[in-house]
Amino acid sequence: MSKRTANCPNCGAAIEFLWSSAVQTTCPFCKTILVRHDVDLEKVGVVGDLPPDCSPIQIGTEGIFQKKSFVVVGRILYEYERGNWNEWHLMFNDGASGWLADAQLDYAVSFLRKPPDPLPQSGNLDVGRTFQWFGGSYVVTTITEAKYVGVEGELPFQYWEKNVVPFADLRTSDARFATIDYSEETPLLFVGQSVEFPELQLKNVRLFENW
Amino acid sequence: MPERGPAGPVTLSRALNCTGCGAGLEVRAAGHSLTIVCGHCGAVLDAKDPDFQILSRFDSKTQIKPKIPLGTRGKLEGIAFEVIGFQVRTITVEGVNYSWHEYLLFNPYQGFRYITEYNGHWNRVRTVGAIPQETTSGGKPAVKLGDRTFKHFQTARARTTYVLGEFPWHVRAGDTVDARDYVAPPFILSAEAGGGEVTWSLGEYTPGAEVWKAFKQKGGPPSASGIFANQPSPYAGRVGSMWKTWAAMMAGLLLVAIFFGVISSDDKVFSKQYRFFRGQGEPSYVTDVFELKGRTSDVVVEVRTDLNNAWAYFSYALINEETGQAFDFGREVSYYRDSEGSEGSQSDEAVIPSVPSGRYYLRVEPEMPEGSGVMEYTLIVRRDVPVSGFYWIAAAFLTLPPIFMLWRSMYFEGKRWQESDYATTSSDDD
Repeated sequence: MSKRTANCPNCGAAIEFLWSSAVQTTCPFCKTILVRHDVDLEKVGVVGDLPPDCSPIQIGTEGIFQKKSFVVVGRILYEYERGNWNEWHLMFNDGASGWLADAQLDYAVSFLRKPPDPLPQSGNLDVGRTFQWFGGSYVVTTITEAKYVGVEGELPFQYWEKNVVPFADLRTSDARFATIDYSEETPLLFVGQSVEFPELQLKNVRLFENW
Repeated sequence: MPERGPAGPVTLSRALNCTGCGAGLEVRAAGHSLTIVCGHCGAVLDAKDPDFQILSRFDSKTQIKPKIPLGTRGKLEGIAFEVIGFQVRTITVEGVNYSWHEYLLFNPYQGFRYITEYNGHWNRVRTVGAIPQETTSGGKPAVKLGDRTFKHFQTARARTTYVLGEFPWHVRAGDTVDARDYVAPPFILSAEAGGGEVTWSLGEYTPGAEVWKAFKQKGGPPSASGIFANQPSPYAGRVGSMWKTWAAMMAGLLLVAIFFGVISSDDKVFSKQYRFFRGQGEPSYVTDVFELKGRTSDVVVEVRTDLNNAWAYFSYALINEETGQAFDFGREVSYYRDSEGSEGSQSDEAVIPSVPSGRYYLRVEPEMPEGSGVMEYTLIVRRDVPVSGFYWIAAAFLTLPPIFMLWRSMYFEGKRWQESDYATTSSDDD
């Protein structure tokens, strides 16, 4: 895969893209949010410092999901009524883009998928509703109103000014997992799997004192 | 390439003083915990607030001491966990309160686990990322997770009645959830519904001694009383294996029976017809000599009479002609019948086990009550007859232990379900 570099239009620091399809990144030095246009980077905003967060995952963490290795290249931190959760943007060794959710240390890996049927609008969705997708019965388990409170690193879309939007989590009887994300006009569907921490065989995780 | 991740280890613990009473407290999962509850004054502090503002208060009149103190570290399935929170939850069934203890465990990579304790019965518990499927088992509601079916045990409303330490959710005094428990010993699957969400968690029964060892506690765990919902039955596996052993032994017994049936010669060595009339002739007589051949085995002395609404008594002696060794025995034969049926039998068989080979004769002394008619009868002596009686007795003895084990097992299950919504003697019939 092609690596490319550019300079931060704000502070001049060299920005190296880990993922060739990245649309947005943040300057690790000045925290400027940068959107990629062909060759140049455009400054579109600044992220404040991310609220203190204790996810064991960080940009640069490597791991394995379903026999494919990935590296963490970006992150969106969401905040909702009962705390925060992270969506870590994964770049797989075959160039695919995925997400690793860390919600209170419950982990799930998912991928953007075209919904088999048009997704209902958020107002028409209730906990308990079941969808037959990809050979599984996906049950809506939670609907959460959340907003993003920070971004970091490379993301596949421009994502830096969003309001509170609903997210619906769905699960199956065999621990498959899906999220309907209402942050775009057309809802997005992410489909994947609940995972146990050891399964991911993570390297370069954050270190915690006395642990 | 610039260093993107934060450098150096992150500190998750810090000391603080309770905003309510000034008592020394410790945060052990900073960044994850939303509330910290002071065990001294019951204040619920906002863990995300730099000033640790008080969100609410618990009635702290009674302080409950966790059996495993907060801050204790232990290993579960090889993974280190620290006890960071403790709560007591209570259900009320038919006016009686039942409380259990829950310990919240934390590992900054692996996440949260729980240990629960009720009357000395411990479970290690974790949330599950799958939705169990509703089904039925033996007419009872049940759920299926993976290939395991869990039977519904109890549904109750659980209140949080005491809290200590920190939690990754907002703890409030008097929080309630509707809890449904399903069991497949040693596992228990619980659904807790509250705030429009259902959380499923899977518990595994863990002997107190194992918990004590895992968390390096001094002394022994409190002894367990009663039988817990998902306590594995000590008989469950054994009943099955005992029946397997039983089946193997029965098969063996059958083979032995077939073997002796095949090798038994079953020789008729003597047969003769006689006539008896009370008071006529000598009371006793001896038969001709017959030869018993082969290995030491049984001898069957059979008598077939024409008795009708009468009885006779035969005193026998099987006597070895050469050694004089005698086998004495007596048999009663009686046969009665009327319009309603019959009783007894006109014939009789006596088995003399283990008779060595040799030349033998029988001394016979028949008796009948006064006024009896003539009795015609045939005496038959057979050698080395396969007998089934021994096998039936052996089979019965072999069957006793598994039956006993089955009974123990059923008794255990009865005690288990006595505590459930399906208790047989409960006056509650809704």
